[in-house]
Amino acid sequence: MSVLFLIDVVKGQVKKDGLEAASYAAAIANQLGTEAVGLALGTINDSQLAELGEYGAKKVLHVADAALDNFDSGVYTSVVAEVAKSAGASVIVISQNSTGKAVAPRLSARLQAGLVSGAVALPDTSNGFVVKKTAFSGKAFAYVKVETDVKIVGLVPNAFGVVKTGGSASVEAASANIPSSGVKVLEVSRAVGDTLPLPEAELVVSAGRGMKGPENWGIIEDLAKSLGATTACSRPVADIGWRPHHEHVGQTGVAIRPNLYIAIGISGAIQHLAGVNQSKVIVVINKDPEAPFFKAADYGIIGDAFEVVPKLTEAIKKFKAAQ
Amino acid sequence: MKFLVCISLVPDTTTKISFVDNDTKFNNDKVQWILNPYDEWYALVRALELKEANGGTVTVVNVGPAANDQVIRKALAIGADDAIRIDGSDDLDSYGIAANIAAVAKEGAYDLVLLGKETISYNGSNIGGMVAEILGQPFISYATSLDLNGNTAKISREIEGGKEIVEANAPFVLSAAKGMAEQRIPNMKGIMQAKTKPLKVVPATATPTLTSTVKYELPPAKAAVKLISPDNVEELVTLLHNEAKVI
Ligand SMILES: Cc1cc2nc3c(=O)[nH]c(=O)nc-3n(C[C@H](O)[C@H](O)[C@H](O)COP(=O)(O)OP(=O)(O)OC[C@H]3O[C@@H](n4cnc5c(N)ncnc54)[C@H](O)[C@@H]3O)c2cc1C
Ligand SMILES: Nc1ncnc2c1ncn2[C@@H]1O[C@H](COP(=O)(O)O)[C@@H](O)[C@H]1O
Repeated sequence: MSVLFLIDVVKGQVKKDGLEAASYAAAIANQLGTEAVGLALGTINDSQLAELGEYGAKKVLHVADAALDNFDSGVYTSVVAEVAKSAGASVIVISQNSTGKAVAPRLSARLQAGLVSGAVALPDTSNGFVVKKTAFSGKAFAYVKVETDVKIVGLVPNAFGVVKTGGSASVEAASANIPSSGVKVLEVSRAVGDTLPLPEAELVVSAGRGMKGPENWGIIEDLAKSLGATTACSRPVADIGWRPHHEHVGQTGVAIRPNLYIAIGISGAIQHLAGVNQSKVIVVINKDPEAPFFKAADYGIIGDAFEVVPKLTEAIKKFKAAQ
Repeated sequence: MKFLVCISLVPDTTTKISFVDNDTKFNNDKVQWILNPYDEWYALVRALELKEANGGTVTVVNVGPAANDQVIRKALAIGADDAIRIDGSDDLDSYGIAANIAAVAKEGAYDLVLLGKETISYNGSNIGGMVAEILGQPFISYATSLDLNGNTAKISREIEGGKEIVEANAPFVLSAAKGMAEQRIPNMKGIMQAKTKPLKVVPATATPTLTSTVKYELPPAKAAVKLISPDNVEELVTLLHNEAKVI
């Protein structure tokens, strides 16, 4: 028996999602009295994989074939299924990023193993295996029981957190049959930004139509930079092209759960809230005291963004300098 | 080309969510059901555009009860040629829904199965990958554009930390994300035609139950917002550091 977790490798690096999956898998393994074993696919340095021991992994299996550097859900599913069987995995943890969301359901069908996607907490193993997940766009939670022997958990990024426990992991080469892919990759473009992508970001600064125009985003970016935060926006702002589509958060955009979400000039429509209401702390800056967003906020400033935001950026810079 | 578009019904985006039967069931009372935006705006409309450009047929499929028929007709009004409803109970899990869709897809020998990237009610992103696996076909998830040249498709899609452009030959399964197409509002002619377009009902077949929902829960109510004067933003920084501990 073991708890297997899939490690996210992008450009030869372990992503934060991978560390979080390790932390989560280690906690489940602890609950079940077994070990957390990582699985990495494609090109990555083994010394990097060994570092996963610090997050609770006891062992990391590495299928190093470069054919796995390109992602295909069919190929990944086949490899993960084979390794999971030989490693005797009873629980498989997969981070719910765009890779994981494509692999987990295929794997579920392949292994006939129940999948709970959108997990936000550790499973309750006192009576079966019940996992808390988000539902109705973050307006509610569902508790889902997995009825099969092998269980697959799709973990929402930033829900459990990265937990450093200390320890070391052995890295072992693993082999698996790698089928040919039905999907040919013609072009890959990966932005190497200096901030985390939205779903993984712990700090997010977001702005809406209250900013009046794209030329006014400088103060938003300055605030984000002072915090090391990722920027986001409301849907109309992305629709009219003031900001790129990937920044659109909400019910029809990206759903996020950062530690801090600062909403500036956003009214707080229910469809916007649906994508951000699981943030741990929400700060709202809006000049309208009646803006519905204040009802969902922890902290609020009623004021003009064009005055408040630059002042806030200065205050944060001062705070950081004093740290 | 024969397109099969999977459409699901979700509560209208402004619905207040509540539960009944000791929080074990979603409260259907007074809920307005709509087509899941990803299915309607992106998957369905793109299939229609490709059909209009290259010929073919667009069939929509839904797994659900008879009460769904009225909303399924909206997909016909937007332009789908026919609909299949797999008469399934509420208790089917994702795998049960996927297995039934896969059976219909196989039987009708569809070239492309399109889905939305996720339902805004369950947020699983489960069905597409499962259908693809059962059919043994490639699965291209989070597609933001789809172009066809005969049997060969060129697709851009979102991947971890970026984008990629891929090529695949039909048949395959694709899930659609924002960018793929623009929402279409059904016109009067479409609505009239939809009334007489075929909507076939087939029984769901029994599938193994892999998961079951045991309980629902609403998030705890938020405490009232703490207001900070715009002339004292330093206080906000202090609170975020000392009280909220997020910076
Ligand atoms: C099916 C459906 C799905 C949707 N999905 C999404 C989604 O995923 N995400 C999303 O965001 N929206 C979504 N929407 C749209 C949503 O309903 C709202 O229309 C949208 O969120 C409003 O964007 P906004 O707050 O930026 O703009 P507005 O509603 O125009 O609000 C602007 C705010 O800025 C404030 N303001 C103006 N000037 C200033 C100033 N100088 N300083 C400070 N504050 C100022 C105003 O008081 C106001 O509150 C969806 C709608 C539908 C119907
Ligand atoms: N009951 C259903 N009937 C038909 N298609 C469905 C059903 N449920 C989900 N789908 C399709 O599967 C996609 C992903 O759903 P989900 O896995 O629930 O997030 C949706 O966008 C639909 O295209």
